[in-house]
Amino acid sequence: MPLCKRIIPCLDVDAGRVVKGVRFVDIADAGDPVEVARRYSDVGADEVVFLDITASSDDRETIVHIVEQVADQVFIPLTVGGGIRELVDIRRMLNAGADKVAINTAAVNRPEFVREAAQHFGSQCIVVSVDAKQVGADHWELFTHGGRQATGIDVVEWVKKMVAFGAGEILLTSMDRDGTREGFDLALTRAVADAVPIPVIASGGVGNLQHLVEGVRDGGADAVLAASIFHFGEYSIHSAKQAMAAAGIIVREAR
Amino acid sequence: MTVAIIDYGMGNLRSVAKAFEHVGADRVLVTDDLAMLRAADRLVFPGQGAIGSCFSHIEEHGLRDELSELLLSKPVLGICLGLQALFDFSEEDGGVEGLGVIPGQVLRFPEKMIDGGERAKIPQMGWNTVDQRRDHPLWRDIPDAAWFYFVHSYFVHTANDDDLCGACQYGDIEFAAAAARDNIFAVQFHPEKSHHDGLQLLKNFLSWDGTW
Repeated sequence: MPLCKRIIPCLDVDAGRVVKGVRFVDIADAGDPVEVARRYSDVGADEVVFLDITASSDDRETIVHIVEQVADQVFIPLTVGGGIRELVDIRRMLNAGADKVAINTAAVNRPEFVREAAQHFGSQCIVVSVDAKQVGADHWELFTHGGRQATGIDVVEWVKKMVAFGAGEILLTSMDRDGTREGFDLALTRAVADAVPIPVIASGGVGNLQHLVEGVRDGGADAVLAASIFHFGEYSIHSAKQAMAAAGIIVREAR
Repeated sequence: MTVAIIDYGMGNLRSVAKAFEHVGADRVLVTDDLAMLRAADRLVFPGQGAIGSCFSHIEEHGLRDELSELLLSKPVLGICLGLQALFDFSEEDGGVEGLGVIPGQVLRFPEKMIDGGERAKIPQMGWNTVDQRRDHPLWRDIPDAAWFYFVHSYFVHTANDDDLCGACQYGDIEFAAAAARDNIFAVQFHPEKSHHDGLQLLKNFLSWDGTW
């Protein structure tokens, strides 16, 4: 059996609470990261990503405790992104039990950070998060600050550079598609997947299960990340895996 | 009943310890103290990162000579690099001599391999199935071809088929996902990140007397 393609729910965490309305009918507290992560692992999610969107620096410590609590009770891989700026941030997350950290703005500000991170902790735990916006035919530019700030950097060149610096995985978000429910930017996903020898997680735009299939089959993604379609109970992880399996994609059956 | 996880400074062992606690271990120690390692009922030999620095750390902690003796004395579970270090030789880091507890070699996945119709990414990162090649107490209540979570760029090729307890396929390479000899059982995957079946394996280790 080949390696399976992964389905990864992404949870936004603000000051220790899961936000953007996760609505599971059968858990007591849909804002509790531990309960939500455990629930997802039990229904067959292959990994969980926590994105810390905490704005206040006072609350930045909170995510470390959340990661500890989740990692102590949920036994699937856990990635944490948001606010990873220095090696000490990575060390704290890994010590708390995260398996990988996602680096975004800090990599753009100082690409050498990715090299240092990979040297210290190993490429396997360094995910570079890339926010891309289309600026021409088959041409995407790297953006920061949630798609508001342009960098002038070509996305395909950027991901190649990040691989050379030691990135272990790319989390690729289309800022054009994010929140639209129109499906992944497949041309972007394919361009990046073909450009790098490391796994690519497609993100941004999922509105139905066929979009997940397309991300893997047409985009060449190794994993697909989604938030709202799972959180609101519109689709289950199980039905997502069934749809992918029906399209001939290898997925892991949960037990 | 004490499980001691050998802490020689290679990465975070919290998840492994917590997973053992979760499946009911009485006492879990994360330590490099020889007296404690000797006194423990069971040993876990973990490891992540590069094998060269793995062995430098083992030597810095004064464990190289002791390890070979310790690993033969009681039930042992090797995880990830803790599997690879048991073999004769690894081609990582320009070639590194291993502990030689089980005959075999550690090799890098070839570039430009095809897996599932696409270029195989290195490291292999994600879930893959393990074919149980030998009956073993650590496979109890785990179905054949169960899914486990892997993260690795190098793989183990056992010299003897008898030592190959579980096999995994990536691209056109079949490698040892689990190797077993006498009181040692070692896995390439991460049972502490492999949900039910991984936790079951840890549970099985707690009740294993080292024979099979």
